[in-house]
Amino acid sequence: MHGSTTDTVLKISNVTKSFGQVAALKSMRLDVRRGRVHTLLGENGAGKSTLMKILAGVHNATSGEITLDGQPYRPANPQQASALGLAIVFQELSLCNNLTVAENILATREPRSFGFINDKALVSRAKAIVADLGLPIDVTEKVGNLSIAQRQLVEIAKGLSHDAKVVILDEPTSSLSDSEAEILFDIIGRLKSRGVAVIYISHRMEEIMRLSDDITVIRDGEYVSTHDRNDVTIEALIALMVGRRMEEIYPPPSHERSTQGAPMLAVENLTRQGEFADISFAVGPGEILGFFGLVGSGRSEVMNALFGMKNADGTVRLDGKDVRFRSPAEAIARGIGFVTENRKEEGLVLGHSVEWNISMAALPDFTGPFGFTRGSAERKAAAAEVGRLAIKTHSLDTPAGALSGGNQQKIVLAKWLLTRPKVLILDEPTRGVDVGAKFEIYKIIRQLAAEGTAILLISSELPEVLGMSDRVVVMHEGVIGATLSGTDLTPETIMAHATGFQS
Amino acid sequence: MTQQTAAQAALVRAMKQYGGILLSLVMLCVIFSFLNPRFMSVVNFMNILQQVAVIAIAAFGMTWVILLGEIDLSVGSIIAVAGMVGAQCFAFGLGFGPALAVTILAGALMGMLNGVLTAKLLLPSFIVTVATMGIYRGLVSLPTNGAPAMIDNSTWTAIGTEGFLGLPIIIWVVAVLFVINQIVLSKTSFGRRAYLTGGNREAAIYSGIKVDRIKIIIFMISGVMAAISGVLLSSRLFSAQTNAGMSYELDAIAAAVLGGTSLAGGVGTMVGTLIGALIIGVMNNGMNMLSVPYFYQLIVKGLVILVAVWLDVRAKQAKR
Repeated sequence: MHGSTTDTVLKISNVTKSFGQVAALKSMRLDVRRGRVHTLLGENGAGKSTLMKILAGVHNATSGEITLDGQPYRPANPQQASALGLAIVFQELSLCNNLTVAENILATREPRSFGFINDKALVSRAKAIVADLGLPIDVTEKVGNLSIAQRQLVEIAKGLSHDAKVVILDEPTSSLSDSEAEILFDIIGRLKSRGVAVIYISHRMEEIMRLSDDITVIRDGEYVSTHDRNDVTIEALIALMVGRRMEEIYPPPSHERSTQGAPMLAVENLTRQGEFADISFAVGPGEILGFFGLVGSGRSEVMNALFGMKNADGTVRLDGKDVRFRSPAEAIARGIGFVTENRKEEGLVLGHSVEWNISMAALPDFTGPFGFTRGSAERKAAAAEVGRLAIKTHSLDTPAGALSGGNQQKIVLAKWLLTRPKVLILDEPTRGVDVGAKFEIYKIIRQLAAEGTAILLISSELPEVLGMSDRVVVMHEGVIGATLSGTDLTPETIMAHATGFQS
Repeated sequence: MTQQTAAQAALVRAMKQYGGILLSLVMLCVIFSFLNPRFMSVVNFMNILQQVAVIAIAAFGMTWVILLGEIDLSVGSIIAVAGMVGAQCFAFGLGFGPALAVTILAGALMGMLNGVLTAKLLLPSFIVTVATMGIYRGLVSLPTNGAPAMIDNSTWTAIGTEGFLGLPIIIWVVAVLFVINQIVLSKTSFGRRAYLTGGNREAAIYSGIKVDRIKIIIFMISGVMAAISGVLLSSRLFSAQTNAGMSYELDAIAAAVLGGTSLAGGVGTMVGTLIGALIIGVMNNGMNMLSVPYFYQLIVKGLVILVAVWLDVRAKQAKR
């Protein structure tokens, strides 16, 4: 270790955090020093956000010790965390679009006179903050009129307007252009020169190498190692980040699939302005084609276009025939299923019964003469799916919202299994699902593939993509970085293409 | 034995769902019969049913709309337009059948306009139907410059005044429309799609439900139901009045909401709405028989609606 320990402003020792049976953090440690940028590096789900939420006072650590300036640090809530000198800028925006920049920056701390907000003082104070950070933003503008990137900068200004000793930036550049990112880097430079410690979270390797002083790698909720920026390479960091043996939770393919034969789905040069470009891939019957990419890489957008939710240019061939779907109804009728990313928003009708949710996409199959629903056939089919997928529910009439996350996800799967799809798109099929249900979902996916369904598996979890896929399409900023198979399927190559860094 | 338990289970479920609202209805009837002995009579109940018919039918249409998470404020105006369209058809010398067809078609078109503006231009239905409420109300006066139009077609006027198989025709119309709406809502795929769309529009779209089409059809249903209400009202009045059906949309909304239809969408039944409409009808009739002044009636009606909905919400929260 370098520097004297008096430089340490935030010290995390042996911190653990469990949610019920699941351990999200195991013996985490971190030594953040004054005037330095400390990057936290790990895959999605490695435990970064849990750690940040503990620092922010959203969660309490299960055990371990945190000190700030040598004093024990245990904030009960975010307000206390910020009063103690910790500023967090989260990835998601928390601004009110109908208020001005000044009102947002100083929200809940507006200067007052006689109980009324003093607008003049408000504006001048906000101006000072913005000028201090060098932001090219008019504080009297409504936030709703700003670009997403500008809003991100306002969010940062809001976070930094407290007198912070430690500033946490969680993927702050994810929606910034290069020139806007420069402004942010400039701000970080100013903070450093003032002696503020910065904890930086990002997936962009070049950016990390440029900004960081120290880099800590974490994996599976555990501390791996800390490095001085000058002593480490990008390749080494990626290896540390993903370096693990494949866990035993991925069931092996049940058969040797021949890679020959006509593709079930072939996509050529699919393009949608501003979202993705020149997307070409093919998937055969029984094949699991993985899609990996970081947040914002355009994976979900491509799938929405395939499913008829959005227009896109290019050709799509399904089972040898050119198709162009103008609505999900057409896509479903031709044999495409889509397990969407957010089951609560796009997957389920939480207030309605398990039965209704399962039969929802296959409703035309349960419609008899004069449009009457064939109730007993529907109930029988729903009951069969509940049995087949081992969905734990009190009855078929229980509202879907009353079930656990894993069982809700199985209902979404059951819904699409009932449509007997030729191509099934799975977008983050195991997000927010416990390990047991994960394993069951993987088995179902394997079984579908064995029955000849072509599967597109989108995931942000590298082990999942590696463990399940025959081939992997890696996307980076709206284009395909590489399509990998066989011996190229290593965490290192996938991560390198996903972060846009190829050696 | 299993037959019996199944029937019992159904009864328990019905009591859970409608118990609170049925209790309100019964309590109102008891109170009114204490205050006026003539209230509890077959003749008076026939009266109530006839009076409530116009509201009930409009409320069936409103139930569909609210079920979808939308609202239709143009219902009262469509009621007036329907009467005037009928009257003008007779003025042009059309017979009963064609006049009825044209009137119902007019209702469907007005509903379709509401639906298309809401679904395709993505305008909130509240705003769309506030606007069309004014537009349709204005259209009523165009043919006669604001004067009422007499209707002398005897078949048309018979609907509101004569009987069939011992019951007023108007009650048969309500019964038939109730059964049709209830069956379509609970037994067909269309009804299911309405429930699913109202419950979660995004999920419905991703499951291949054409939510725009559902929305337009449902606004058309509301328009057609309102037009039929307009036929009944004008037949009872022997004329088309330019201010007919004024603020009936509020009674229709109240009936649907009293009956348990959720303004958030996804929840509601025609049975509930019928009970809700009966509550409104009983209150109107009971207070009229007691010669309660109109302005007191408004106050009492508002309070009863608040209390009934509050009881219902409380019962449903307790169940969770």
